[in-house]
Amino acid sequence: MSERASLLLTLADDELIVGWRDSEWTGIAPTLEEDVAFSSIAQNEIGHARALYELAAADLGTDADALAFDREPSEYACAPLVELRLLDDWAMTIARRYLYEQADQVRISALVSSSDPELAGLAAKIDREEVYHRLHAELWAERLAGEPRFRSAVEELWPYALGVVAPEQRDELARRVGLPLPSNSLLQGHARGTHTDELEPLWTEMTEVRRSIPGAQW
Amino acid sequence: MKVYEVFRRERKGQPFEHAGSIEAPDAAFADTWAREQYGRRGESDALWLVPRESIHEITEWADEFDLKYRRVDGYSIKARLKEARERASVAAPDAG
Repeated sequence: MSERASLLLTLADDELIVGWRDSEWTGIAPTLEEDVAFSSIAQNEIGHARALYELAAADLGTDADALAFDREPSEYACAPLVELRLLDDWAMTIARRYLYEQADQVRISALVSSSDPELAGLAAKIDREEVYHRLHAELWAERLAGEPRFRSAVEELWPYALGVVAPEQRDELARRVGLPLPSNSLLQGHARGTHTDELEPLWTEMTEVRRSIPGAQW
Repeated sequence: MKVYEVFRRERKGQPFEHAGSIEAPDAAFADTWAREQYGRRGESDALWLVPRESIHEITEWADEFDLKYRRVDGYSIKARLKEARERASVAAPDAG
């Protein structure tokens, strides 16, 4: 697989799985207004995944649905951060949203200046929508900043968040979030390439309908 | 929580119309939530968020003296206008 295709899959898998996890809040978010906003953000992330899969699919001679749903769980390239099932802990959920958006901004802004025009164009398009996701996440992070539960959630997820970006982008992420880099062994345990036990049940549910009639035209 | 009334403009040059409301703890949350609820499908070109308590509402109307002569109900403007137009065309100088 080309370097470009594998980078696209990395981004697409993160967006698909984080969108899927966030969509678990639909109908049960703390207020109705937040329910609508959070579900809409989840849907945007899945929309970004679709665009990224389409670009990867053209390189790999397949289609976006096959990439999203027809691979084995071990073949997904997502970071452990997005796999965690955080229902019904709002502090952990907002901590992940906040950390994910910070990490995503670091890598997306690096891609905007990519010499690959397709990649740079898509990154710019995604970033325009992420502005609102960041506003939303930062607003909540600010509101919960004084809550011990939120602070410990951010600390707990911090090593996971570093697994979202490339090793050379970790310093920038640490500066942005204002937290120190943890030990290498802690970083290794949450790095991309490893999967949590929570991915497989998610995958089973996510691909359930598609697997029920293999090869069907929907 | 505070209620913000949301007014939506579909396109530039059109009037803002009441779209609904948002219940939010402060203006910043109202901003974020209103974007998602009233603008995420590109259906709005602009939004106005107004705290409900800032709205001065009028629902009581005093009409103690039954001043019907101030109203125009029953007064046929259409017929008067027609007459006036006819008069004007008769009075107009011959263009030919």
